[in-house]
Amino acid sequence: MSEITYLEAIREGLFEEMDRDKNVFCLGEDIGAYGGAFKVTEGLMAKFGEQRVIDTPISETAIIGAAAGAAHMGMRPVCEMQFIDFLSSGYSILTNYVATARYRAMLPCPMVVRGPSGGYVRGGPFHSQNPEAAFLHTPGLKIVYPATASDAKGLIKSAIRDEDCVLYFEHKYLYRRIKEEMPSGDHITPIGKARVTREGKDVSIITYAATVWKALDAAEQVEKEDGLSVEVVDLRTLLPMDDEAIVATVKKTNRVLIVHEDTRTGGVAGEITARINESAFEWLDAPVLRVTAADVPLPYSPPLEDYVLPQTSDIVMALRKLAAY
Amino acid sequence: MARSSTAASKPANTREDAARSNSSGPLSREQKLELYYYMRLTRSLEERLVNLYRQTKVVGGLFRSLGQEADAVGSAYALDRSKGDVLSPLIRNLGSMLVQGAKPNEIIKQYMAKGDSPTRGRELNIHYGDLVRGFIGQISHLGDMVPVMAGVTLTFKMRNQDRVGLVYVGDGATSTGAFHEGINFAAVQRCPLVVVVENNGYAYSTPISKQTAARQLVDKAIGYGIAGEQADGNDVIATYEVTKRAVDRARAGGGVTLIELITYRRKGHAEHDNQSYVPPGEIDRWASENDPIDRYVKRLLSEGFDQSELDRTDARVAEEIDRATDEAEASPMPDPTDALVGVYADPPTLAPLWFREGIKSAVEAHERPSSWGTHDV
Repeated sequence: MSEITYLEAIREGLFEEMDRDKNVFCLGEDIGAYGGAFKVTEGLMAKFGEQRVIDTPISETAIIGAAAGAAHMGMRPVCEMQFIDFLSSGYSILTNYVATARYRAMLPCPMVVRGPSGGYVRGGPFHSQNPEAAFLHTPGLKIVYPATASDAKGLIKSAIRDEDCVLYFEHKYLYRRIKEEMPSGDHITPIGKARVTREGKDVSIITYAATVWKALDAAEQVEKEDGLSVEVVDLRTLLPMDDEAIVATVKKTNRVLIVHEDTRTGGVAGEITARINESAFEWLDAPVLRVTAADVPLPYSPPLEDYVLPQTSDIVMALRKLAAY
Repeated sequence: MARSSTAASKPANTREDAARSNSSGPLSREQKLELYYYMRLTRSLEERLVNLYRQTKVVGGLFRSLGQEADAVGSAYALDRSKGDVLSPLIRNLGSMLVQGAKPNEIIKQYMAKGDSPTRGRELNIHYGDLVRGFIGQISHLGDMVPVMAGVTLTFKMRNQDRVGLVYVGDGATSTGAFHEGINFAAVQRCPLVVVVENNGYAYSTPISKQTAARQLVDKAIGYGIAGEQADGNDVIATYEVTKRAVDRARAGGGVTLIELITYRRKGHAEHDNQSYVPPGEIDRWASENDPIDRYVKRLLSEGFDQSELDRTDARVAEEIDRATDEAEASPMPDPTDALVGVYADPPTLAPLWFREGIKSAVEAHERPSSWGTHDV
């Protein structure tokens, strides 16, 4: 079997789920005839027709709201945000209507909202965002953010089959940069389960999405240069968070670095730190450290973007600081 | 709610459905009396809720539809429950929900925040729904139900079902982005959707003149490329007929219709609102000259109905409301820990926070907030 990219893995997952269940359909801007801004949905309309791959007006509220209505009736809609930055245009209906539907009205709302996310691509303030923290705070939503091609496929399939609304962030930097052979058969990555990507015993890095790869690079470097054994935990799902995996790695290495590409204040790293504090404080030999983006809108120019976003060298420096604490 | 029940959401036939399922011609005598029943039930049920509110048995605010009963009942009556039509009501559509099968005891339990209310105490007033009976509960964000109902009716179209959806918005909601996005999307997709704009003159305190520069709200239909009709919302037959045309159009594949129903909100936004912003005399004029129930009674009597038939209906309504009130009053408040159930299908229940472990009730361990109703749990 040949290797496929992260982007192709998402597409393969969509294909398989639409093939498996006629209730699955896609809607979004330019996703049908054009195949999507990044071509994630290319070929879907040819295979499944324009009834199941719907080109919509530029209306994020209508896309998310209509998906909710269809989901109530037993459909399994998959919404594409052309860039995840535009998810904020549907913020109200997503957080107020969709996320509360089951709790306040016992209304099933199985739907997926997916879209290209993240920076390192010179996209500027409105084509580079990582808005996950804004939704981590909304009970009723689930959030996944794959870092590998096999998880990209496994998680889109899980998200479509989940009984509740899943936000599926896909990292556009990874779209065509990583390749992997897909596991055979009906490949599913469970929601809510982190993965230890690299085993280690001295320091743990807890991260997700594109920074998993920077963490792995940094781990290699400090192993070679400092003889440090670094564990890398890829959360994969942010909501519900895998507390068991977080506590397990704390107990194993007693030193924790949290890395994310999103901005710092109110970010996912703060939440993880609080959970470690509550559940595993006595296992720590050093304060939990964070490497994140600076608290600024993401700038366009390469020297600016590179300065703001976390880099491998930042992670290396933080690992050394933790090891020496 | 089981998903299987959502797929096959045809309600069981009832006597009312039998009367309504071949309502292609003019309304039968029985149907005309039924319209009266629903309007009277709406008004009397709200009057009972006012009593309960004054006795501090209603936990939250109370929302009236006084003067708007005809627009709610007449429009909902144009749907066909035997076909599985679905509506999404607004805060002044108690009458529409009753037509779709909502029960007075459910309404009272909702207002009293009871544990066996349709939302088990999670939501207020008439914010609830039932896919089997064909109504979907609104949220407070006005306009949001338009895209949701676009999706519901998109599903009818995708599945080649012979079903229609109806969504209510007020004059105020026509100013929201969700209204625009939803109606435009439904129009492009030619969804079998009827959008009823109830123009009752005020959005909370804001008069229509500050809501829009449009001469009339029905004009907005032109911009969306959909059919538009306007009718007297205080004439229950006119309301029924205009909606029936739109429902038939939608069922025949003719797409979305925007209906503007002209009516008037005689009470404040909610019971606490003193309506200081309303010009003197305006409310009295509508009450004395254009009350939808008075008008309909006059019409029925002129068509040969006997006052005794109406009196019998009134007595039936009073008896139903008394029974519903007794049942609601006897209902338990929710078990506090039920608050942790049902945010997700999986996990079905959240673990209690560490400081609530082993504690069954917030009231057991903490002082009750003074604003939280007046009931004994």
